[in-house]
Amino acid sequence: MIQDAIDYLTDSSSWWGRNGLVNLTWNHLRLSGTAVLAAVLVAIPPAVYLGHLRRGGLLAITLVNLSRALPTFAVIAFVFPLSLQYGFGLGFWPTFVALFLLALPPIFVNAYTGVSEIGRDVVEAARAMGMRERDVLRRVELPAALPLLVTGIRVSAVQVVATTTLGALVGFRCLGTPILQAIATRNDGQLIVAAVLVAVLSLLTEATFGVLGGRLTPWARSRTIETKTSVQHAA
Amino acid sequence: MVANGPDSFVWWSWVADHTDDIRARTIEHLQLTGSSVAIGFVIAMAMALVSLRWRRTYAPLAAIAGGLYSIPSLALFGFLVPLTGLGFRTAQIALVSYTLLILLRNIVSGIDGVPAAVIEAADGMGYEPWRRFLAVDLRLATPTIIGGLRVATVTVIGLVTVAALVGSGGYGTFIEDGLSRARGFSTPIVVGGSLSIVMAVAFDIAFALLQRAVTPWARRGAAP
Repeated sequence: MIQDAIDYLTDSSSWWGRNGLVNLTWNHLRLSGTAVLAAVLVAIPPAVYLGHLRRGGLLAITLVNLSRALPTFAVIAFVFPLSLQYGFGLGFWPTFVALFLLALPPIFVNAYTGVSEIGRDVVEAARAMGMRERDVLRRVELPAALPLLVTGIRVSAVQVVATTTLGALVGFRCLGTPILQAIATRNDGQLIVAAVLVAVLSLLTEATFGVLGGRLTPWARSRTIETKTSVQHAA
Repeated sequence: MVANGPDSFVWWSWVADHTDDIRARTIEHLQLTGSSVAIGFVIAMAMALVSLRWRRTYAPLAAIAGGLYSIPSLALFGFLVPLTGLGFRTAQIALVSYTLLILLRNIVSGIDGVPAAVIEAADGMGYEPWRRFLAVDLRLATPTIIGGLRVATVTVIGLVTVAALVGSGGYGTFIEDGLSRARGFSTPIVVGGSLSIVMAVAFDIAFALLQRAVTPWARRGAAP
């Protein structure tokens, strides 16, 4: 098995070309990135605003519970016929929708919690100093919420990178494609290489956000609510 | 619906023709979910007991469970096929390995969360260590442990749909079937997808109710 993997790794045709690992990795990361970015853009503004108002805690909890019950593969399969019917084609859109839904809850909940759990005294102090609401949000609450905000994005990104693999089942060419192919052709070397590559990408994503989070918030200690939001496995 | 046929989003007469099939797939889905969570729970409980007794083993045990958890399901199912062949057993091994991290974390943090004062009181009342563990520690950790079972079960129900790929049955069979057919026949996909969502939500609610039922003190508003 190990020898098969080495043979596959040293064969240049497995790396280059339309179905080479390089191109597939690029596709994989591009879709993961797009889905997470879309989730960030959609989730963070309402989460931060609701956090500022300190309302909508129930919404946050409901969102997390609901999202857990939504099997990603089922969502992909669900959107697939709709996507074909309305001319969006196979592959990209069904996978995108499923990954977007997967990425939303951790980002929303962490951003919401980050803002709403800032000490009231801190916010009151900012108001007492004469800050307008907008500045309270921008200059006090947002920076203070940043560590948790980044944590939310990290949790989502790691899940999404691992889950993008499933797109191969509806014809999206990503790192799931060689895995499916290898299962069908019993090519153990290819299977191991592709699977390890996905795992490595997830770990790299985790590490990148870890470093990024540290850079962005050098003052922060690690206050996270990961255990509440990250126990979800979709891929 | 006026014109309902093979091209509709859901073709109802297909559904009507496949009620036996749907029943069989439901049973497979439940069996695979139930047995995987049950086996996972036994293993995770053993791991938790070891790591509570010898604290130093917790980090490596959690790391192993975390490593298993980070392997993409599609890849893990694929890895196992050369070793264990196609079918139920292969899916089960993969699914069990995914439950371990969730269950281990919840069991350990549940038992760790028992207030020291309660334990001292129990010791003071003359409980023997093992009886105290069962009657006090484990009893108070039950809500957290059920919370772990809740997340594990719901997660596994979703993953079972992917497991159909290695021939283990369940609702995923419908989805695979629909995906492999000619375009425009979405009925099996919709049926398989919605049934697995319904099952996941049903278990989520059932476990939430169970959690409430085993914590009567939480409703009375008194601390445990």
